[in-house]
Amino acid sequence: MKDNDLPVTDDELHAYVDGELPADRRAAVEAWLATHADDAARVAAWRLQADAIRARYADVAEQPIPRKLQLDRMSYASRLWKLAAAAAVVAAFFLGGFAGWMARDTAGDAPDAFERLTAQALNAHKIYSVEVRHPVEVAAADAEHLQQWLSKRVGYPLRAPNLEAQGLQLVGGRLLPTPTGAAAAFFMYENASGERFTLYCARTKTANTGMHYNAADKAGAIYWVDSNVAYVVSGASERKQLWKVARAAYEQIEPRVSQDERRS
Amino acid sequence: MIGFKEGVQLAIPALRRYARALTHDADVADDLVQDTLVRALRSQHLFNGGELRSWLYTILTNLNRNRLRSLARRPTITAIGDNDAPDASGPEAGGRDIERALATLVEDQRTALLLVVLEGLSYREVAEVQGVPIGTVMSRVARARLQIRAYLENDRPMLRRVK
Repeated sequence: MKDNDLPVTDDELHAYVDGELPADRRAAVEAWLATHADDAARVAAWRLQADAIRARYADVAEQPIPRKLQLDRMSYASRLWKLAAAAAVVAAFFLGGFAGWMARDTAGDAPDAFERLTAQALNAHKIYSVEVRHPVEVAAADAEHLQQWLSKRVGYPLRAPNLEAQGLQLVGGRLLPTPTGAAAAFFMYENASGERFTLYCARTKTANTGMHYNAADKAGAIYWVDSNVAYVVSGASERKQLWKVARAAYEQIEPRVSQDERRS
Repeated sequence: MIGFKEGVQLAIPALRRYARALTHDADVADDLVQDTLVRALRSQHLFNGGELRSWLYTILTNLNRNRLRSLARRPTITAIGDNDAPDASGPEAGGRDIERALATLVEDQRTALLLVVLEGLSYREVAEVQGVPIGTVMSRVARARLQIRAYLENDRPMLRRVK
């Protein structure tokens, strides 16, 4: 074998360890290692490294696959993603128009930012509350995951309020952009007759405000800021019902936020 | 011949293992795998019918690179092994050492070594994943091994600051 006479290169030593060495060089490398203690030590060390890496992480592949990585949920999420992307384009279009209009006579100071946030929330309500098949990104069945995810993205611990006393069941939620490009949490609720209410929450620079009411195109919104978090409750129904829902949400949200304030 | 979705399904355990080794953080790793799966299913039509496994590793590797870039922009200090408690005290005492040694590697070298050693990809497959010639993969693997050996044997002289 003439190949046996060629000196063994470092590349070949690595290829030998990684099972990439052509078969006709195998004998040559093994003969080389038998007479070159330094190289033999290197090869042994590389093998130990590989064993240690495999031993360290092997069990990860043995663990059961967590729920959030199950493919049926994934394909659902990816379908929704397309939809959300389309909706976001629509929302951005509306909002761009609205923001442009707002910018007509004022520089974007805090009250404007709050107005824009409310407009964003109302747009989101209009777009998603009419969705039959894909109203939310994560369904209420995964409420725990939904809340963890949104808390992480929005940047403070949040929970979807329980509005069952108002006859509303949580449908689920999604992540949405705010007018300034931050993350907002969006929860959707539904009553027995299919009427939908949404709650939009995002961090804001404004510290606190009272509760405001605003209505446009058959959709109404009640919005307020509490401890630097803006909340917008939107619904199609008449004002009285909207107030009841907003109050119920407010009462459940408020103590949590102040707890966080104390902690931080 | 298995379908696209089944192929993705079968790859999940290995993707989790690879992501964990890349990130040292169970939550970050699973987020990375989740993003990978969503992206793969979303761009199924872009899959050219080659090696599905390599394609998935490619997506995950790129997502991780993006993640590290965005981390680099806002410097934070992450202790290696935080959030890794459940299996950190495994039977082999060397687990922590190899983890720390891996963390000292340059990203491209760590990726190359893990794909070869942990995931069993061929040099050619890793070259596809990383979008570089095979020779570059081999030199990355070689440098990674040199660095790990130095770290483990010489009282960690080449330790660099880990972001």
